[in-house]
Amino acid sequence: MVTEQDVWKALEQVYDPEIPELSVVDLGMILSVDVAPDGKAVKVVFTPTFAACPAIPVIKEDIAAKIRELLPVESVTVEVSYDQPWNSNRITERGRQILKQRGFAPPPHVTAEIELEVLHTVPCPYCGSTNTELQTPFGPTLCRAIHYCHNCHQSFEQFKPVM
Amino acid sequence: MDPKQEAIKELLIKMADDQLIIGHRHSEWIGLGPILEEDIALASIAQDKVGQSYTLFQLLHDQFGTADPDTMGFLRAENEYRCCHLVEYPNGEYDFSLIRHFLFDHAEYHRFDMLQASTFEPIRGIARKFKSEIKYHILHADVWVRRLGTGTEESHQRMQAALETAFPLALGIFEPSPYEQVLIEENFFPGEDALRQRWLETIQPILEEASLQMPDPSSVEPAYGGRRGYHTEHLAPLLEEMSWTLRYDPEAERW
Repeated sequence: MVTEQDVWKALEQVYDPEIPELSVVDLGMILSVDVAPDGKAVKVVFTPTFAACPAIPVIKEDIAAKIRELLPVESVTVEVSYDQPWNSNRITERGRQILKQRGFAPPPHVTAEIELEVLHTVPCPYCGSTNTELQTPFGPTLCRAIHYCHNCHQSFEQFKPVM
Repeated sequence: MDPKQEAIKELLIKMADDQLIIGHRHSEWIGLGPILEEDIALASIAQDKVGQSYTLFQLLHDQFGTADPDTMGFLRAENEYRCCHLVEYPNGEYDFSLIRHFLFDHAEYHRFDMLQASTFEPIRGIARKFKSEIKYHILHADVWVRRLGTGTEESHQRMQAALETAFPLALGIFEPSPYEQVLIEENFFPGEDALRQRWLETIQPILEEASLQMPDPSSVEPAYGGRRGYHTEHLAPLLEEMSWTLRYDPEAERW
């Protein structure tokens, strides 16, 4: 019989359409997983990284499709919720490692509102130097900012801190 | 519908309309921004606004049975929109767009900050989410207002003139709703007066740092009317353009 753990495992194979390898679990997008007592119906609630993320409908479909593909369930419901809105601290340690490997600086842990200061001196994902500066907080997608490393002279992207 | 529901509905519709219209105005800078980074910034801010508008229309649909987000956003009659005049104005030069973005986003930031504590529970998490997104918008606006306000003689003069044009329009953001008392008594929202007060307290010191003189709010006539469906001549052509593709084939399943 399908368990909640099975569903979480399946969700680890649902990836961000922009950054393959980075799953919706790594991103901290999943708010809850419920399995009916008979194991035949599954409900997943997730929260988007940004309200305007164009990938929301794609992720919603991908979650349902992956669960149907991997698990013997009769129905899958996927809901979007903002009850516990996403923030960048929700990204898992594994998620941060994957971001780094893909050349993105992971967001720092934030405890207060974002100010410009936390967006400077972000460690460069290529050489590790903190001799870097923010070029613009608006990058190729809403969740990414553009920085420049003065040590290795390369531009790099950061997954933006959001609080 | 009872006045409590009407009050919340009215509040959500005007917020959604403001976001949608200013989002479309910002998007008109795409390809025209003064530098590439600004082009991308305005495009990103536009995307956030339109997405937030969508989220609010979806909430209205789920809670109050209004039409779906596309119909609400694109197919209503002009006088059914409840946006303020500030967001309707054409982009003009970059100075006006920037000052409008600054004045609007500081008001929005406080609006959603206040709504995090609303007794209308479904808005709380959304408000928290939007506030975290709008934070980036105000960081952007503040940097440029300071930079251009204290830049060259020309940039300073342009920003000052833009501020004087935009300020009465911005006061129109806070046009009282017919349900103001209900909103306040039910703790749905602390009201437009309270919001305006917090907004003034926030923008004044930033404008001072930018060497810009804020007009005296008591001597300025606020541009009211938008919240009751009386709009400037700029809204109808914008709606026409925004909705052209949808109206061309409303039954299309995919675009």
